[in-house]
Amino acid sequence: MDIKGRPEPPMGLLRRLDAGARAGFPAVFTAFLIVLAAVPVGAPGLIAALALPGIFFWTIFRPAAMPAPVVFLLGLLQDLLSFAPLGAGVLTLLVVHGVALRWRDVLVRQSFLATWLIFCAFAAGATGLGWGLEAVLGWHLPPTTPGITQFGVSVGLYPMLAWVLTRLHTAMRRAELAL
Amino acid sequence: MIRLSIPLRQALARLSLPVLIAAAFGAMLLGKADALLIERARMALADALSPIWGAVQQPFSAVRDTVAEAQTLWNIRTENARLIEENERLRRWQATALALEAENALLRRQLSWVPEPAPQYRTARVVADAGGTYARAVLLAAGPQHNIRKGQVALDERGFAGRVTEVGSRSARVLLATDINSRIPVTLEGSRARAIMVGNNAARPRLQHWPEGTTPREGDRVVTSAQAGAFPAGLPVGVVRWSESGAAEVELFAQLDRLDVLRLFDFGLSGILPPEAVARPEPRAAGRR
Repeated sequence: MDIKGRPEPPMGLLRRLDAGARAGFPAVFTAFLIVLAAVPVGAPGLIAALALPGIFFWTIFRPAAMPAPVVFLLGLLQDLLSFAPLGAGVLTLLVVHGVALRWRDVLVRQSFLATWLIFCAFAAGATGLGWGLEAVLGWHLPPTTPGITQFGVSVGLYPMLAWVLTRLHTAMRRAELAL
Repeated sequence: MIRLSIPLRQALARLSLPVLIAAAFGAMLLGKADALLIERARMALADALSPIWGAVQQPFSAVRDTVAEAQTLWNIRTENARLIEENERLRRWQATALALEAENALLRRQLSWVPEPAPQYRTARVVADAGGTYARAVLLAAGPQHNIRKGQVALDERGFAGRVTEVGSRSARVLLATDINSRIPVTLEGSRARAIMVGNNAARPRLQHWPEGTTPREGDRVVTSAQAGAFPAGLPVGVVRWSESGAAEVELFAQLDRLDVLRLFDFGLSGILPPEAVARPEPRAAGRR
């Protein structure tokens, strides 16, 4: 290769750290939210309701930082913390991640309101899947009210979370472009 | 880092989701097959995180206390009137209680009654909500050298809250009475009839299996029963309430939605079967029930 241009600046330790922090931030932040959601504030089902918006948002807007193995680990963390049947949360989050990734090209261009409405559909699907898995794994019919509560909390929290996450996302992109 | 060619990396990325979904099913099977391993993993994670929760809980409880304080200041006047009235009433009750205590002591002396030993208890702080969407449980932070055992009874300052189901090295999980898996043998104090209090994940557990002919009455006090050898008799649980749909429910004395500190009592009872025995029940003898 004899293309001459400005040589790329060498990856210094600080830049490497910076890039690493940016790449790892979505996963760490979502894990942090999941751990924080376990603090008792009188709202049951908060853990699952907080994990879903995080995974949905980052899958659409920064899929490189939210690959499937990370989603798997976050689901595992959610299941272990919430004492739900192991695997139910993992599967739900992986399905949400997979579907969102498949439709990413369409989803990423939607307005905020449209994304929220689509997220409502995702949350409804995730709640239904979670309810079904709970029924199969526990071999009893769980009540529907907690599921509906979880759906409501998740949908209600999404705008707030998405606002914060959008700010962070744009800040990260600006930092990336500045390099 | 291993350098992979781009098509190979893309293929791996495309393959990872199906593989991980299969792994999720594997995790479900593992969770069903080896409940003990999962339980140990959960308690290890809870043990590791309980100091963090303990620290995070402080500002939360500070905010909650401030809000409660503001509310108290707001209705301090009506509260005062109510308290004066209640104090009057309690004074009368106190006189009755003192008379009854004296009478009780007298009768005990005559019957050479052997008093029950005072139960040992320790308190532990609630640090995390260990329930999921379909479960009601809390996680307690305990010191490294705690002596919490499975099956201990947890009471808050007002009444029965739940039972210890899992114990880690510095944390313990308490299944609340409202959980769908909770079955508590209780006695209705008015009629001395026994019943089972069944959790349904709602705020008020239901009463079931009371003897025919003694329907629970609205406002009847519910206390634990020593029936299965899992609880001592007479721990305060709640009050019977008939719901609009015609189901007998128990309004718990304990405030399960705002638990701060729980008292764990060791009554030395071992009526609860170990989980291994519950997981694999013995086949029922044929022909008999």
